[in-house]
Amino acid sequence: MKESLKLFTMVLLLLAYPTANAALNVLACEPEWGALTQELAGEKVSVYSATNALQDAHHIEARPSLLAKARNADLVVCTGAELEIGWLPLLLSQSGNDKIQPGTPGYLEASNYVVKLEVPKLLDRAQGDIHPAGNPHIHLDPHNIAKVAAVITDRLSQLDPANAATYQARGKAFQERWQAAIQHWEQEAAPLKGVPVITHHKDMTYLIRWLDMREIGNLEPKPGLPPTAGHLAELYSEIQRDPAKMILRTPFQDPRPSESLASRAKIPAVVLPYTVGGDEKAKDLYSLFDDTIQRLLQADK
Amino acid sequence: MLKLSAAIAAAVMFGMPLVAHANNDSELQSIRNEIEQLKQSYEKRIEALEKRLKDAEAKAAQAEASASQAQTAAETASARPASANAFNPAVSVILEGTYQNLSQNPNTFRIGGFIPPQNEGVGERGFSLGDSELNFAANIDPYFKGNLTVSLQADNSVEVEEAWFQTLGLSHGLTAKGGRFFSGIGYLNEIHQHNWDFYNAPLAYQVFLGTGPIGNYSNDGVQLKWIAPTDLFMELGAEAGNGNNFPGNGDQNGVGTWALYDHVGGDIGDSYAYRGGISYLQAWPSNRQYSAFDAAGTPVINSFSGNSRLLIGDFVLKWAPHGNSTSTNFKLQGEYMYRIEKGILDFNSVSTTPVPGPYSSYQSGWYLQGVYQFMPRWRFGLRRDQLSSETVNVGQVQYGILPPQDFPILLGYTPKRSTVMLDYSPSEFSRFRLQYAYDQSRPTGVDDNEWTLQYIFSLGSHGAHTF
Repeated sequence: MKESLKLFTMVLLLLAYPTANAALNVLACEPEWGALTQELAGEKVSVYSATNALQDAHHIEARPSLLAKARNADLVVCTGAELEIGWLPLLLSQSGNDKIQPGTPGYLEASNYVVKLEVPKLLDRAQGDIHPAGNPHIHLDPHNIAKVAAVITDRLSQLDPANAATYQARGKAFQERWQAAIQHWEQEAAPLKGVPVITHHKDMTYLIRWLDMREIGNLEPKPGLPPTAGHLAELYSEIQRDPAKMILRTPFQDPRPSESLASRAKIPAVVLPYTVGGDEKAKDLYSLFDDTIQRLLQADK
Repeated sequence: MLKLSAAIAAAVMFGMPLVAHANNDSELQSIRNEIEQLKQSYEKRIEALEKRLKDAEAKAAQAEASASQAQTAAETASARPASANAFNPAVSVILEGTYQNLSQNPNTFRIGGFIPPQNEGVGERGFSLGDSELNFAANIDPYFKGNLTVSLQADNSVEVEEAWFQTLGLSHGLTAKGGRFFSGIGYLNEIHQHNWDFYNAPLAYQVFLGTGPIGNYSNDGVQLKWIAPTDLFMELGAEAGNGNNFPGNGDQNGVGTWALYDHVGGDIGDSYAYRGGISYLQAWPSNRQYSAFDAAGTPVINSFSGNSRLLIGDFVLKWAPHGNSTSTNFKLQGEYMYRIEKGILDFNSVSTTPVPGPYSSYQSGWYLQGVYQFMPRWRFGLRRDQLSSETVNVGQVQYGILPPQDFPILLGYTPKRSTVMLDYSPSEFSRFRLQYAYDQSRPTGVDDNEWTLQYIFSLGSHGAHTF
């Protein structure tokens, strides 16, 4: 018994602290925040994203691998506004990690720093899986990315003062490049103004609002409920009255409802990358927006 | 602006010929004066317009500034909690009910080959209300989190299912818990029944942990968990409790039961996640009673005192394409249990004096189940249960004092059950389930066909999904 205990302790020690090079371990809830933090901090941090671009951040579980990551994290960067309510609270409370508890500098909810749209007037589950704080899918408006970037830069400096100068310099450089990129995207996307679209879930709202497009309906009958045949028929007659130009969805949403409605209504069904890694072109935040706008323009032709 | 310059141009054009044809000095002077006046009046108007333009620009800048101010105000406002009742605990309610069609009388249900645990059963016939569960949870302060789960049962009784506090980020991967809580042993035990993939507990949970058809194994005690600082998930847990629940019966001072467990888990690529573990549970029952019949069919109350040791191996493997479980996903789960009980068994017939004898048993059981979500909202599941009564040494029988028929429930038997289920979830918060089980648990050799229709609704705050 004593021998095996010794062996066990040795194995534990061998497994311990395998990655200790980076100054900070960051656990991002979604790929966009992972990419942004990496962009802002470079090699000073080791970033792990809890979800990939093919996963719906509403619906993952507090997997053992995520618990292990949360246990070792110095900073968690999440969307908040209850997007991760199904798993993040569990990760935080079971992690045994005091550095990332809500209220500490190691806990960052991006949606707290932007103006949220669609804050529900009526809180009732009969309205579907609504978010009391407002629509949490904030990242497809690049102005929001800029605001969150400023907050992340400050947090990184606070948590790792030794590298604060680097974070501030990188943050400043990013803001300049990002503002230039926004101008470029806004010029490029000018023809999309007023284009009516249908989306699968209410997760493109910030993009639509930014580009002045028009959201005329969703494939989901209520937020969070899978599309039904009856609702698709209603949408079809809606399209007859107010012809939508395209149907948008993310890579992780069921393709069948949008494809079937698109072929019936003879309009394109478009898969947008939605987040970093959502398709081959969307390798970072810049190419995410480049590709998103290209796909929209192409579908609008 | 355009109008003004046009007027000047016109004035200059008409003025030129006048100058050229003028042959009178005074006339010329008056024309000059007129032009001068015109010039002055236009200059005045231009000045006025320029002033207006400047004013307008200033106003625009002001508006912009106040707009950005408003935005900042909106941002701060959105970050602020709505009101004082934001401090109320998160409340959620589970409504659950069943309709069952059982071919055998549920009151005579017994699992053959094992000392009967508490609450053994298959549920009720016909319509019945399941456990209605009421849960309150909140952070207590920066250091603790509290949780209370009360179960309102169909017979109008109230049971405190769980009532615990837990440390919030004790650092170094440590978490401590105290109060009444579901033990962390095995896999299924920590999961509340309304989140199970089948209506009822595996047979192994019934005979080894005394959970009854729809319960969990819990203790009043303390728990300490530690997560290793590794990329591979590794969790060690230790618990001490009063041991009031089967396999213990809490008739002693101090610690009535303790448990140790180790769970390891991680991802395999994008699409697979797993967790496996081993657990050990020790209890010291003292006069743990069970009612049975002797060879003549007279009711007897036997009791066991000694120690009970249980070993559990558990695993769960989940698959979803690229980890995206919205459309399709699959879950494979299994647990194996092995129990050794050693001590004294008292045979208490009503008519005779108690007959004690040494008792030892080595028994095992397992279940394996798979649940497949083949399209959004719909899942299909299969489960196989099997127990093996293996070796049971009853001293009274070995020494020829009593015939084995005086312990009919302990005669060798291999209970089996096969279950299929189909469930439909209109949303994350509602579920309907149809389940059929072919149950060969009864030692009498009669098989039971068990049909179950179940609804589960969840109201209130959004619960988290345990792995």
